[in-house]
This record gives sequence, structure tokens and C-alpha cells, in this order.
Amino acid sequence: MLEIQNLHASVEGKEILKGINLHINPGEVHALMGPNGSGKSTLSNVLVGNPLYTVTQGTITFKGKDLLAMPAERRSHEGIFMSFQQPVEIPGVSMNSFLRAAVNAKRKYMGQPPISGAEFLKLIKEKRQLVGLDDSFTRRGVNEGFSGGERKRNEIFQMAVLEPVLTILDETDSGLDVDALRIVAEGFNKLRTPQSSAICITHYQRMLDYLRPDVVHVMLNGCIVKTGGPELANRIEEEGFDWLKNVEN
Amino acid sequence: MSSINQYIDLYLQHADLLNQGSHPLINAHRAAALSGLQTHGLPSRKDERYKYTDIDKALAPDYGLNLQRLSIPFSTRYQCRVPGMRSRLYHVVDDTLAGGDILDTPQIFVGPLTLFAERYPEKFKKYYDSESESGKSNALARLNTMLVQNGIVVFVAKGYKESDLLQFINLSAGGVPMLTNRRQLIILESGAEATILACNHSGSQIDHLTNEVVEVWQEEGSKLQYYTIDDTVASDSILNTTHIVQSAGSRLEYASITLSGGLARREVDIYLRGADASVQASGFVVGDGEQHVDNNLLVVHDAPACQSDVLYKYILDGQAVGAFAGKVYVSPGAEQTDSQETNANMCMSPEARMYTQPMLEIYADDVKCNHGSTVGQFNDNALFYMNQRGISPEDGRKLLQQAFAWDVIERIPLLPLRQRLMRMVESRFRLADSCNDCGICISKV
Amino acid sequence: MSQSPDNSIVRNIADKEYEYGFTTDVETEIIPQGLSEEVVRLISAKKGEPEWLLEFRLEAFRYWQTLEQPSWGHVDLPPIDYQAISYYADPRGKKRGPTEIDPELEKTFNKLGIPLNERLALSGVAVDAVMDSVSVKTTFKQQLAERGIIFCSISEAVANHPELVRKYLGSVVPYRDNYFAALNSAVFSDGSFVYIPKGVRCPMELSTYFRINAINTGQFERTLIVCDDGGYVSYLEGCTAPMRDENQLHAAIVEIVVCQDAEVKYSTVQNWYPGDKEGKGGVYNLVTKRGLLRGDRSKLSWTQVETGSAITWKYPSCVLKGNNSVAEFYSVAVTNNHQQADTGTKMVHLGSNTRSTIVSKGISAGHSQNTYRGLVRMGNRADGSRNYSSCDSLLLSPTCGAHTFPYVDVNNPTCVVEHEATTSKISEDQLMYCTQRGIPPEEAVALIVNGYAKDVLNKLPMEFAVEAQKLLSVSLEGSVG
Repeated sequence: MLEIQNLHASVEGKEILKGINLHINPGEVHALMGPNGSGKSTLSNVLVGNPLYTVTQGTITFKGKDLLAMPAERRSHEGIFMSFQQPVEIPGVSMNSFLRAAVNAKRKYMGQPPISGAEFLKLIKEKRQLVGLDDSFTRRGVNEGFSGGERKRNEIFQMAVLEPVLTILDETDSGLDVDALRIVAEGFNKLRTPQSSAICITHYQRMLDYLRPDVVHVMLNGCIVKTGGPELANRIEEEGFDWLKNVEN
Repeated sequence: MSSINQYIDLYLQHADLLNQGSHPLINAHRAAALSGLQTHGLPSRKDERYKYTDIDKALAPDYGLNLQRLSIPFSTRYQCRVPGMRSRLYHVVDDTLAGGDILDTPQIFVGPLTLFAERYPEKFKKYYDSESESGKSNALARLNTMLVQNGIVVFVAKGYKESDLLQFINLSAGGVPMLTNRRQLIILESGAEATILACNHSGSQIDHLTNEVVEVWQEEGSKLQYYTIDDTVASDSILNTTHIVQSAGSRLEYASITLSGGLARREVDIYLRGADASVQASGFVVGDGEQHVDNNLLVVHDAPACQSDVLYKYILDGQAVGAFAGKVYVSPGAEQTDSQETNANMCMSPEARMYTQPMLEIYADDVKCNHGSTVGQFNDNALFYMNQRGISPEDGRKLLQQAFAWDVIERIPLLPLRQRLMRMVESRFRLADSCNDCGICISKV
Repeated sequence: MSQSPDNSIVRNIADKEYEYGFTTDVETEIIPQGLSEEVVRLISAKKGEPEWLLEFRLEAFRYWQTLEQPSWGHVDLPPIDYQAISYYADPRGKKRGPTEIDPELEKTFNKLGIPLNERLALSGVAVDAVMDSVSVKTTFKQQLAERGIIFCSISEAVANHPELVRKYLGSVVPYRDNYFAALNSAVFSDGSFVYIPKGVRCPMELSTYFRINAINTGQFERTLIVCDDGGYVSYLEGCTAPMRDENQLHAAIVEIVVCQDAEVKYSTVQNWYPGDKEGKGGVYNLVTKRGLLRGDRSKLSWTQVETGSAITWKYPSCVLKGNNSVAEFYSVAVTNNHQQADTGTKMVHLGSNTRSTIVSKGISAGHSQNTYRGLVRMGNRADGSRNYSSCDSLLLSPTCGAHTFPYVDVNNPTCVVEHEATTSKISEDQLMYCTQRGIPPEEAVALIVNGYAKDVLNKLPMEFAVEAQKLLSVSLEGSVG
């Protein structure tokens, strides 16, 4: 489903990714681990098309299509969803109008007519109940005045509404925030289908206890230096990343 | 040579004709206005309040005046109904009430200025142009007083609460470049209540300048909601002078929304003369093309324990120029003043210009006054977040613009009116210009 | 207690006189009062100036004659009789050589806390002491010269470094800039000159101390600071004047040129005689201060503590021409009795990615009027530039005035400008809280005011921050009500 080949990318002129290769099949959950500055977040930003990141070399194919040729919103329409580590506040834009715009943009891309008001409300209500959010929530501004936990719940709620095929869970630095991890991981598990895949970015084993990844990758200095099963994560938890530094060459 | 001279000459030549087409009580004020104009002339851009708009230039074209009181045909296609609200609709062509039922009861009068002068000369004398001699008149008000022939009066008697929305559709019309001097006199006696919506539209694409004076008198405990909307075309300019006097315990909610047009300048002076009076003034401007929108606000706290709350927002695109100057003046003795002023602006294009000047002048000590202003663009992170959720950059920007507007619109307490305004703003962001295309106003053609 | 705590303070506080109100009895050479081309020529001759400088003065003088005294500030500036002022006063006496210093003068500066003897001086601070129209002494000149730093009076600079003075004088504040700039350019007497060569960090604080002593004289300070590529200097200016019933005029120009990667910090503690409680006497402080951030990544920071003067009219400004240049303005202005202050800054952003910060704290008491006036302008090439301004006013009496007039002009859509201001009374809750804990009311006020001004005071060099704090408390004594 996702095929990354020899990906190089830079930010503000500095090369961060130095030749990433990654293959994800439908239904697989991959964990991406690695110390700060290893390039994990850059990879996720490149995948979703953040304009601050420049791809200098390599290809990304998603469901057989050239992902790098698509603007960020097209990637979203194709089914890529990023659960942001720190979701931004958008004061004044209500969750309702925001989600409706998102849903309609996707429908338009799929050649479907806009959703009717009644249908939309039904959809929202259904998904809201699925993730356990109350009614007042959707009338507030996007993430406006939300607590950390509420923001995470909101990410999962949007995931429920948009039904992505590939979810990127960016939890780079929230390793100590156990609640946030649990909300995101449990939310993902609940919404998961046999076809849906995920990339989970984290420092910590704890996140993976909830998610149970099929494959674990370790990144160092812009490259994936080791790929293995869940046992790899356990070793990192016990020994840290240092032992991998020798693997690099 | 100052462009005021052509109007002074015109007045000197045609005073008789002007007088014939008006009312003696209106005519009685012309001489003083003339002499004020002759003494003080027009303000220049060196005058603090006129820094951002060249009045002399605005008045320079050779505009005609409808001295003969010719009736100008107009279209009633502008209905502007607000769904879900009972309203009384009036069409005002230039300065003349052309459609809508005149109300003349002991509780309320809504009708032409000349009729009010005829029917209630004592009241007219008490309120009309009554502060011009205390040095509170400006050149544009003098020009209006010198040349005005008619206008609209809303009078609400003591304790009467008008529940219908009074809606005025002001149409600028005429087949040649015209100057209209329109007058609005709004009087709320003690405890009276009213809601007024004035929509300015263009009846043609021919250059038109409206020099409008609005005088508002709010006596003890009265409550007024006054909203004005400019939804005109580039050839239409408006210079507005609004003078509001509030007595003790009165409440005012004022909003001015400029969606489209040419030059629009409003000088709004609000005097809080009685204790515990309050005003909430709001403004929202969407400018593009060569629009020039200048809101110059003065809120004078003359009495203790008054509240003022000012919020103006601008979104500027194209080569639009926006200016906001808002001064809160706290007089000696106006203790327990509570005042807040915010001006927030977004420039969307390289050529858009914004000038902002929030001012405080304070001569009392027990006050709480805050003001703030910002000029900036939309948050890139917010835009990217929306992108990631599948919303295109353009749509994202529109959503953010609407949200930006919402703060201001939200302050309007009447839900149907608020919804109607929000829809107008939304449609303004969908279609670049010309109100004729927006389809909002034209509920019935 | 039936009165609110602040009311009782008025009664309790003993009035404190202006500490620096003494005069120095020294033989002073004063030229006759009056202003004419002859006087301009005389000043120039007394200073032994070259022809080009005399021309500069004369041009400025001729231009000044075509102008009228401005009236636009929020101050009530009475018409000044420019013919009743003497434009040159030299307290060095006639008999002494240029290297000797009159013991009376040395005593005066000692009394002001500015020892001119290098052994007694504050460590790490070099001082240029100016009394009336003349620089009396500049300390540590030799040590500085070893690093190529020039620190001397502007008169000396004209004599010894004419090429530098000629290149930069009037380059930031042209004589046509405004009425008082033209006047100063015609008759300026003394002030400091600083040149920091490329890549040199000035090892000590440089400071100029201005003192008006002679009666019926005006002081026309002229200071020029040039910081070449990669240089750094921190400069401090202090001033006092004796108590006199007549108003004295101080019309200064300060010009600063900051080159690429250079940084200048300019701090002022202004304590001119403010006049008495009835508003009689005091200095008219009418000053044009401006810095040109000429080079990329240059940095200029103005910090001012304004407590003195009957009338202050002063807007230390920054022209951010270099890309990525950074400008700051931190100000505390205290007005009491009948003082009037109209002060603030101008931040003119020309280069891209420039940053400016304005923090202004106004404290008004008595019958004083305290105005912040500021301009932030984003030019059309100032891509990505930002400004943040915060202007707060604290009111200590019902008869004072506090005004805020910020102007924001944005001509570039990629800029962000934020301005916020608050005006409020000194908190009765805070006063009550302090007094309940046993702090006497007058101390409580000083405490609260100092806390309020802390953001700015923190920007001062350490030695002066303490002084400034004391000054704030003293300025407000007998004022709160």
C-alpha cells in the first residue's frame, strides 16, 4: 500500500532524511522508533505533504499513485490521516464547519455530492458516540481551549469521521503523557479495520504495548538502521539506542 | 483651491431652490453651517482625524445635486428581508423616503425629516443639529446641514418598545454623478427601545457620493440597536458623520459592516453623558479592489461608571486601504470607567494597506481601559492542519476569514439578523465583488 | 481606617526635595544671551572648528529661522524666548590648561556620584562629564584607545577625527528633521563621540553625564555613536540640573549608526530638574534620538527611565534598514506634580525579517500629563517583519492624565504587528495587602511601582538599575492620592 524508496528530504536547506526505504502492506501497523533528531518527524511531515519540508530525491507510492505529486489535501482525500502530536488551535472555526468542509472536500474528490445537513449531523453524532464525546464538543472552535486529553480525543474523532486507510500517529515526545498515549492507541485500535494500516512514531515502548505493531523500525541519523518484530522494541526499551550506532555502517 | 468652494457657490446661487424643496426649520440652520464652512473650510490630511482619507479629493468631482426634487425611479428588488424577524421595510432613494408606511402615532414616528419638522416643530428644534454650536460639528456635517433637504426620522416616545425591526434600504440613484446629503435623526426618549438596520446599496454604476449625517439621541434607560451595512459598488462612496449622545443608563449596540463599495469613511462620535450608560461598537470590513475604508471612532466617557466596548476587524485584499482610528477619551470625574477597544486586521495581498491607531486619552484615575490592535496573516499551522484534513488552502483561508468575522458578527444579539449577516459575509467571500450577484438581498425580484 | 490606604499616603509622606538641586560656584565663561548668525559663528570659533562644520551650523541656523515652534505634542509648551538664552557656557574658567580640572567641578561630579578620578570610579564604567556647554573630563580614554575605541567629547572628535565626524554627523538626524533638531544643529555645544571599530567589543560601559549649572543657559547636547561591523557597546546617559525658578532648555540630538552584526545598547536615566510642586521652573527636555540599523543583523536597544524635566518631548527611534536587524525600546516614564511627558518611539521597518519590541510603562501622579506616542511602520520591502508593542499606564491620582497614541502603518502583508495597552489605577488590593503585612504605604507604593516597571529596569546595566529604582521611589514621593 505504501512504498517509500530512497527518500531524501531536507528542511531549511539541511538534509534530514538520507535514503529511507519502507514498505507497508494493508492492515499492518509499523512502529518507527529512534532518538531525537533521527528524522522520524520529518518522515511523517513529508508523508502528509507539509510544505516546509523539501523532498530532494526518491519516491513515495501510495495505493499505486505518486504521493509526492499530490498537495496535502489530496493525500488526505486518498486516505492519509495524521494524528498530530500537538494539534493546533483554530479559534472561531467551529468543529462542525471544519469537519463539514473536510467531509465535503473528500466527497467532491470522490465524485460524490456534498453531504446534506441532516446526514452530516447523523454522521457526527454516530462518530461522536463511538469515541465518547459529548454534544457541546462539536460546537466549539477547533481545539480552542481544549485540554491535552481533549485534543487527542478530537484527533481520534476526526479519524473516525474521515476513515483513513493509513494513519500516522505522531507521539514523538509525549512518551511521559500516558493518558495521551492511551487515548490515541485505544482510539486507533477501536477504529481499526483489517485493511487499515498505521505508522506509529514514538520513543517509547509503552506506546507499543497498546498498539502491538507488526514491524518495528529504528531510525538513526536519517536512515532506517534496523527493522524487526516487536522484540526489537523490547531490546530498545532495555538497552536504549546506543547499541544500534555500530550497526549503522 | 479647496473643493468646498463649488458647494458654497452652489448654495449661494441656489439657496432659494434648496429652501423651497425643504422645510423652514431645516432651512434655518443653513446660514450658520455656511459661515462655519467659510471660516474653517475642509480638513486636510494634516488634521489628525483625516490623516487617512482625503476629504478635499472626495468632494472634488463636479457632483450634481437634486435641487429640483425630481423623483428618481428605483427598483424594489432590494428586499433584504431578514427571515425570522418581523420588520418594517423602508426604501430611501438618496435622501427621500420612497417606499414603506409612514408611522405617526403618539408612541412612534418613522417618516421623512420634513414631515417630522412639520408635525413636531418643538421636538425637531430640540434635537436637530443641536450640538453644532458647541464645536462638535465637523466640516462634512456643516456641508450636510447647508445642503440637506430631507432625510429620515425615527422617534420613539417615552417607555415605548418597538419590537419590529426598522429597516432602511438606502439606494443611491440618479443618471448623472450626484452628491446626496442625507440626514437621519434618531430619538429614543427615556425607556424607549428600537432596532434599526440601514443597508446601503447602489441603484446604478454612476459615481455617487453620499454625505450622510446621523444624529442619535438616547435618553435615560433607552435601548438602541443600530446596524449599518455597505453593500454597494466601486463607484459609490459614502462619507458618514454619526453623532450619538447617550444619557444615564442607556444602552447602545452599534455595528457597521462594509462589504463592498468605493470610499467609505465613518466618523462616529459617541458621548456617554449619563452614569452607567454603555455602548458596544463593532465593525467589520472586507475590502478588495480599490476600496478605501476608514473608520474613525471617538468614545467620550463624560460620566462615571460607563462602559464602552469597541471591536473592529478588517480583511483586506487587492489594493484595498483600511484605516481604523479609535479614541477612548475619559473626562475628569468619569471614574469607574470600563473601556475596551480591539482592532484586528488581516492583509491578504502585497498591495493592501492597513493603518491602525487605537488611542487612549485619560483624565481620571479609577479606570480600567485596555486597547489592542494587530495586523497579520493567518496562522500557517492552522492552514496546514486543515490541508491535512483534506480542506484545500483556498477553502481553509475562507474558513479562517469567516471565523475572523464571526467574532464581530457574534456580538449582534438578534439571532435572525446575526445569521443573515453571517450569510452575507460568507457569500462575500465566495464572490469577489458586486452585491448584485450575491443573491442574498434579492429574495424576490 | 476610614480612608482608603492611598488617600492616607498623601498625608503621610513628607515631601522630598530634588536631590541634585544644588549649584556649583565656579567661574564660568558665558557668552551674552541671544541667538543670531554671529552667535553661531562665535560658538564655532570658541571651539576652534573647521570651516565645514561652521557651514553645517549656519545652514541649520538659516533653516531653523524659517520654522515655527511645533505644537502637535500632547504637551503645553509655552513659547520659548530664544533670545533670552545664552548658547554657550564654559565652566572651566579661563586660567587653566585643558588637562587640569577645577577642584570645584570635580567636587560637583563627586556629589552627583560621578567620580572623575579614575581610581575612585565605578569599575568598568568610563565617563564623559559634560557641564553646560563643555566636556569637563573623559575617563579611561587611554585604556579604550588601546583597543581602537574612540570615546571623547564631540569637540575633541571634531579636532582629532574630523573624517569620522564629518561622515556621520547629521546622517541619521538631518538638521531638517524637526524644529529642535535644526536648532541643535546650529548651536550644539558638547556631547560624546563613540567609535567602536570592526569586531571590537567595548570592555566597559561608556557613560556621559550631563549637568546644566549656569543660569539662563541652554544645553545643546550632541552625541554620535558609530558601531562598526561586529562591534558592541553599552552606553549610558545621565543628567541633572540645579533647582532654578526659570525654565532651562535642553535640546539634544543623539545619532547612532549600527553596522552589520553590531550591537548598541543605549540607556538613559533622565533626571533633569522637574520644577517645583506648583510647576514652576524645570528643564524643557526636547530631544531627537535616532538609531540607524544600517547593517544586516544589527541590533539596537533603547532603555530609558524618565523621571525628570518639566516637559519631555522625546522619541528614541530606530530605522531598521538592515535585513534581520533587531530593535528594542524599553521605557519607564514617571510624571508627578505638573510635569508633562510626551514620549515613545518610532520603529520604521525597511529591511526584511526585522524585529522590534516596544515596552512602555507610564506612571502618572499629581497633576501631570503622561503620553505615550509611538509609530510602527512596515515598509513594503519589510517582508516577514514583526513588531510587538505593549504600553501600560498606571494612574496614581484623579487629577493626572495618561494617554496612549500608537500609530501602526502596515504596507506589507507578510508582517505581523501586535499592540496592546492597558491603563489602570494602582491596585487598592495590592496596597491593602502590603500595608496589612506591615509595609508603610509610601514603601508599598514604591514597591508596587518598581514591580510594575521591572521589565524595563531589568534591561538597564546592573549598576544603574539600582539607582533607577531609588529614583522611581523618590520621584513619586508625596504624589500618591
